[in-house]
Amino acid sequence: MNLFILASLIEPAVGLIFWTTITFILLLVLLGKFAWKPILTAIKTREKGIEDALASAERALNDMRELKSNNEKSLAEARAARDILMKEARETKDAIIAEAKTKAQADVERIMSSAREQIANEKNAAVAELKNQVAALSIEIAEKILRSELSSDEKQKALVNNLMKDVNLN
Amino acid sequence: MTSKINTNSRFLYFFLVVFSLLIGFSAPVYCSEPHEDSIDQTHDEVGHGHESSGPVDITAVAFEHILDSHSWHFWGEGHDAVSAPLPVILKGNNGITVFMSSEFHHDTKGTVVVEKNGERFVNFEEKIYYANETPNEYGQYVTLTAVDKEVSVANEAPLDFSITKNVTQMFISVALLVWLFTSIANAYKTHGVTSAPKGKQSFFEPLIVFVRDDIAKGNIGHGSEKYVPYLLTVFFMILVNNVFGLIPIGANLTGNIAFTLVLSVATLIITNINGNKNYWSHIFLPHAPKAIWPILIPIEIVGILTKPFALMIRLFANITAGHIIVISLVGLIFVFKTIYIAPVSVAFALFIDVLECLVAFLQAYIFTQQSEQA
Repeated sequence: MNLFILASLIEPAVGLIFWTTITFILLLVLLGKFAWKPILTAIKTREKGIEDALASAERALNDMRELKSNNEKSLAEARAARDILMKEARETKDAIIAEAKTKAQADVERIMSSAREQIANEKNAAVAELKNQVAALSIEIAEKILRSELSSDEKQKALVNNLMKDVNLN
Repeated sequence: MTSKINTNSRFLYFFLVVFSLLIGFSAPVYCSEPHEDSIDQTHDEVGHGHESSGPVDITAVAFEHILDSHSWHFWGEGHDAVSAPLPVILKGNNGITVFMSSEFHHDTKGTVVVEKNGERFVNFEEKIYYANETPNEYGQYVTLTAVDKEVSVANEAPLDFSITKNVTQMFISVALLVWLFTSIANAYKTHGVTSAPKGKQSFFEPLIVFVRDDIAKGNIGHGSEKYVPYLLTVFFMILVNNVFGLIPIGANLTGNIAFTLVLSVATLIITNINGNKNYWSHIFLPHAPKAIWPILIPIEIVGILTKPFALMIRLFANITAGHIIVISLVGLIFVFKTIYIAPVSVAFALFIDVLECLVAFLQAYIFTQQSEQA
């Protein structure tokens, strides 16, 4: 093997080192500024976007679940409220009916008693009038009888005696 | 680490299939390359050959593919070679000299002298030297000495800042990367982030996310965002050039030690500048009995350097080794001088190529990952 050739294999050439250094630095700057920065930023933005989207999807799912459970809860609440309302309505109805009944009863009683009272009053008034009329009639009759009876003295005497007898008896 | 590779194995598998198809079609190009009895005479004896027949020097062919060169060779040999000339930039005694590599007329033996800017240059084995005043007996303007059959060149050399094949590929890969990722960045801007990624975007986004989450966050943990741009740049730079290196006419940039050196030095600087309390306490206050601190602390200090050094060697050696194996397998056809070995060679070369596709990703991954553990 020719050592001369071998030497050039493992002997770094100055020119190539020079050009590689310049080119590599240039490449680093160019790619760093115009390629890697926008590309890495874009990839990162997208990754963040995907992450955010997944997180918000998860959130939405949770929200929906919560909403659903809330719905169920409010449905159950509504049902319970309806039941309570129904029960209350029934109770109110019963109460109203009961009240109406008692009120009616009371009215009836009141009307009855007032009627009774009125009847009693009417009866009393009628009795009183009857009494008055009877009295008047009696007086009239008594007058007439007296007139006839007092037409003679004997008769007057007999009457007085008679009356006297009654008074004594009283 | 294995588990991390497994989680992404589907992705790698997809690449494997795509590129194995691609390379399956391009394999014949590989076979035809060392076609014209390309004997690199310089490797015989003292680097000056006139014999045009003899055993094919697979080593030379392999090294032509692995090493850097001043022109981009596509196919053909000698004066029939089809290659793209590239600029040669030299810092010599008279200042900077620039000319096209075509002025050497495909010569790599030091026989063609280019006179520019009052200085004379020759290309010997893809290295530029100052030319001698007079040629030697083989027409070469370099002074060669051979000790134990090993050639060395006595000539002085100017500093070579040429736009070589590797540099050209690096520029192409940078242009590709900048275009690719800015257009992806624009796609995010125009389509917004709410729509699913399309086309290129959907292909590269998993890789970007992989680097960000598995490599950066997995190894650095908190505060890893700061390093992600660097890691992404390193990862895709290595990946693209690994893949380019697999294409038969592509340059072997990631298998070049100068390239891996720069990347590992960058990693060395970044890790040590940003090293936190934990990092330094691990070095200077290791979790061990105080009695062995005198041994451990020097080891840890050396470790600061050995980690990037290992990065440099690992990538360089992996990519280079893969290429050498492929070329050696294809070379068997020319060594045995029979077409009947071709199915075997092609099958094995294909296997190694596919393996290299995996290595292309794996090494990009490992370099990036180890950068962070360093």
